[in-house]
Amino acid sequence: MAERSFFLFLLLLFLSSAVEFSASIFEDQVGLMDWHQKYIGKVNHAVFHTQKTGRKRVVVSTEENVLASLDLRHGDIFWRHVLGPSDAIEAFDIALGKYVITLSSGGSILRAWNLPDGQMIWESFLKGSRSSKSMLLVQPSVGAEKETVLLAFYGGFLHAVSSIDGEILWRKDLGSESLEIQQIVQPVGIEVVYALGFDGSSQFAAYEINARNGELMKHESVHFSGSFSRENLVVSDGVFVALDASGSILVTVHFQNGEYSLQEMRISSLLGGNFGKAKLLGAKLPHMFALRNDKLTGFLKVTDEGKLETLERINNEVSISDSLSFAEKQRAFALVQHNDNKVEFRVKLGHEWNKDLLQETVNIDPNRGHVENVFINNYIRTDRSYGFRALIVLEDHSLLLVQQGEVVWKREDGLASILDVTTAELPVEKVGVSVSKVEENLHEWLKGHILKLKGTLMLATPEDVATIQGMRLKNSEKSKITRDHNGFRKLLIVLTRSGKVFALHTGDGRIVWSLLLRSLRKSEACTSPTGIRIYPWQIPHHHALDENPSVLVVGRCLPTDSGPGVLSFIDAYAGKEFDSVAPTHSVVQIIPLPFTDALEQRLHLLIDANQRAHLYPRSPEALTIFNREMSNVYWYTVVAENGIIRGYAPKSTSVNEGSDEYCFDPTDLWSIVFPMESEKIVAWVTRKLSEVVHTQAKVIADQDVMYKYISKNLLFVATTSPKGTGEIGSATPDESSLIVYLIDTVTGRILHRMIHKGCQAPVHAVLSENWVVYHYFNLRSHRFEMSVIEIYDQSRADNKDVWKLVIGKHNLTSPVSSYSRPEVKAESQSYFFTHSAKAIAVTSTAKGITSRQLLIGTVGDQVLALDKRYLDPRRKTDPTQAEKEEGLIPLTDSLPIIPQSYVTHALKVEGLRDIITVPAKLESTTLVFSYGVDLFLTRLAPSRTYDSLTEDFSYALLLLTIVVLVGAIFATWILSEKKELREKWR
Amino acid sequence: MEKGKGVMGMGRRWAVDFSDNSTTARDLPDPPGFTRASLDQDDSAVSRQKKDAEANWKAQKAWEMAQAPFKNLMMMGFMMWMAGSTVHLFSIGITFSALWQPISALQGVGKVFEPYKDSKVDLLGPKLVFIALNLGGLALGVWKLNTLGLLPTHASDWVSSLPPAQEVEYSGGGIPFH
Repeated sequence: MAERSFFLFLLLLFLSSAVEFSASIFEDQVGLMDWHQKYIGKVNHAVFHTQKTGRKRVVVSTEENVLASLDLRHGDIFWRHVLGPSDAIEAFDIALGKYVITLSSGGSILRAWNLPDGQMIWESFLKGSRSSKSMLLVQPSVGAEKETVLLAFYGGFLHAVSSIDGEILWRKDLGSESLEIQQIVQPVGIEVVYALGFDGSSQFAAYEINARNGELMKHESVHFSGSFSRENLVVSDGVFVALDASGSILVTVHFQNGEYSLQEMRISSLLGGNFGKAKLLGAKLPHMFALRNDKLTGFLKVTDEGKLETLERINNEVSISDSLSFAEKQRAFALVQHNDNKVEFRVKLGHEWNKDLLQETVNIDPNRGHVENVFINNYIRTDRSYGFRALIVLEDHSLLLVQQGEVVWKREDGLASILDVTTAELPVEKVGVSVSKVEENLHEWLKGHILKLKGTLMLATPEDVATIQGMRLKNSEKSKITRDHNGFRKLLIVLTRSGKVFALHTGDGRIVWSLLLRSLRKSEACTSPTGIRIYPWQIPHHHALDENPSVLVVGRCLPTDSGPGVLSFIDAYAGKEFDSVAPTHSVVQIIPLPFTDALEQRLHLLIDANQRAHLYPRSPEALTIFNREMSNVYWYTVVAENGIIRGYAPKSTSVNEGSDEYCFDPTDLWSIVFPMESEKIVAWVTRKLSEVVHTQAKVIADQDVMYKYISKNLLFVATTSPKGTGEIGSATPDESSLIVYLIDTVTGRILHRMIHKGCQAPVHAVLSENWVVYHYFNLRSHRFEMSVIEIYDQSRADNKDVWKLVIGKHNLTSPVSSYSRPEVKAESQSYFFTHSAKAIAVTSTAKGITSRQLLIGTVGDQVLALDKRYLDPRRKTDPTQAEKEEGLIPLTDSLPIIPQSYVTHALKVEGLRDIITVPAKLESTTLVFSYGVDLFLTRLAPSRTYDSLTEDFSYALLLLTIVVLVGAIFATWILSEKKELREKWR
Repeated sequence: MEKGKGVMGMGRRWAVDFSDNSTTARDLPDPPGFTRASLDQDDSAVSRQKKDAEANWKAQKAWEMAQAPFKNLMMMGFMMWMAGSTVHLFSIGITFSALWQPISALQGVGKVFEPYKDSKVDLLGPKLVFIALNLGGLALGVWKLNTLGLLPTHASDWVSSLPPAQEVEYSGGGIPFH
């Protein structure tokens, strides 16, 4: 025993030598253990640079509120701006060939960016009084003018903004309560701006405004016998097209030359008998427009006389690009149709429907789904004819550039919108690796190590150093698709918003497989499917090693609580869906249970909207296991809107006809109701199911022991006064307070409650072992704060008799029940913290021995590692010698931010949403994956890698040292023998 | 140490004993005027005297040997005091040598007193003193070990690696998906 504690102490010795440790790395280690991937998200709109600017780039805006400039040759990002989540880009365009003008944040912010480098030139805030559609109108540049007037419509006002400095030249109030302006048009070369819209449900209203000074020149309104739907379009400067509310009547208004004439036309008379409810497609085409119903798309042409002509009806799903003007007054647009695995890409001239300017077929992976959007651009071929390229946005949110029938490049931008992440182990390496390969590897290995040795002994030439660096970065070890000894190589399986599942390799971040889930695609049964979560379903080890691991993807068909759920089971090695459950009961919660069946499939309870629990997998074996354990299974629901937490237990099913034996009714056990007028739930957090805790005892100074209260059934809830949920500073310190609760979710017992006066949301929290750390804003001191609560079990505190412990007479390892109501003691402390937080996570290791670090996603989209020892309620200003030895840090009022402890070093994880930690097999190490628009993965060792040598450890040097030492031993031995012999002869 | 032992214990490799009075010597007639009887008498008295002196010397040496650990003990105590009470390489080294020396000495009690073995010398006293002093040294080492906190005498030493107790109930859940 003494020996063991001796070794433990030696270990502690090493640990304590790393007291002022930070997770910093050297400059040349960047990219060795980490990877970073940049994405932009699903492209909404794209504008190509005009030929004049001469650069092969395209500017795109995306659903993730990213504005980016992409290289047309490779698809790389030239520059990128991620606007905040509340700053969605409504519209953007290129002005004068050198500015990108964006209208964002609901239309209230107009910004100009420099086209070549993406720097912001000016920003202008528009003021409006009503909610309205927001629009941006940028006149296409004709000559080499220096200034143009931008027209932006926001909040019922039309603003004219100078393109030079963003100054508002004039603003015009348009309308009243009932008026809705839908379109702003300024025909080329005319100084009149037309503002077109609806006044009420059945009145067409038009305003003509002088573009120079904003004076109202004319107001006209035309009455329509029906009522308008909100779909409308302006076709070629003079015709306004709208649909009526039923979608069966087409209304066209000609407004050229100050005359307004309204025409009605039944769609069925234009496009045939049973066209049904139609939709207008938004593509801007020359003198024509497109209508679509569920089955087919019809193209209609507006003739010069104002008549409508049917051009074509297409049965397949078709995407249409906006028209593009090229050459002299020529306009072209693209049609993209999906036929099986092929995509047909056609470019048509605006005035000649029957002739295709270009027709190409492109092979696109069927795993990418159908085409959602197309943007075309032209270029001049070497023979001076016009060529066309198209940017295609697909169902899985990927972006493709198609040119001359080939996919030039593709971007997997679905990865910018990750919903949930899980991991899977890689397959075990097979025996029988070919000898030649091994020899080659050995040779390479030796060569590499000799180079490294040269580096260590400072003998390396600059070229050698470059080779060493290259070798380290390209290390093939880390990207193998087999399991490694240290458990660094894994599959990260991510579910994205598009319904596509990707498996990423943790070594280098490449996509091992991807799968567009069939069950999460639009179908008749499932009209707007969304993914919700992804769970490990089967983790084979021990007796089910032949099975492949699999994951469970849960989605729902409608974005409401009662929407039917969709379950999909995916083989994690093959990347194939092997089973799926078609639209079934609704899913509002998923509870992985701590039981597995003989095939290592984890049992899950899916709670539906009626709080009934459905057991999966639906097998008799699972049912037997569940029935055996049912009396000890509980669940709870946090209803944040009503401020209620409810606890339930499953009721055993009565076996009668037609009842589902896998479905269990709930029994209400307890509920906690927060007073709505004073408390509103702002945050809740539980322990991770997979978290491993090494010990229940905490040894403090003077060899004393405190017993941690470790329970998986602990829930942390934070509430604030309703005023405190708003923006920071919207409440006074007296109006808002933060109340935190620790709740046992089996019995509903409140273990601890604490009030922070004068504090408010947002609250971010993390719960691990026996502590919870949370981050909030203190209104009184006007700073962010972090608090820690540690909770200890008092009912075990008297287990201190050594002799009883030696002979094992203690109750420390006997199972505990929440119903025994153990007495607990909570300790707490608060500190100032400089940054606001986007997310908080904690490192997790395989056995939970290694000390923990908090990972804080900062407002600058970086991840900061902070030792848990800084958040210890036992910290005090003057610790005793024994406490210092224990590792207690003297108390300071704020938490230190050490610049070297940024896990993301110089990189940014734009739009950071969450941080995930995955334990490696090596106890000291954990993998940290943070995602937002970008992805970033690295390895962390919170107490350094005390259990292994570093990767760039020079084995050659060690070998050399050993050889030299052995040689020296032999040499001295021989010498001493000789000397002894000489002595004897003397 | 090795060399000294060799000289003391085994003596020289070969020797000629001139005082040997074996039969071959006796065949020769004694020189005139030499009376053997008086010499024999004289000789035995001298050897008895010599033996007594040797026994005394041995007993004295044995007592010295028995008291030798005391010096050691003092030195050890001084070094321990110098090493301080924090755990580091130096203090651990000293403590372990302080533990190891008495143990190895106790193992070799017989060997240590081998050279002083004599029918006339009572070695029990010195041996007991030697053992007692070494036990004292051992106790000092253990005491040092304890002050360093390396003995499992506290509850914390027995519970620090106890896994958390199993929980009977399991509860899951959270906020409904929206």
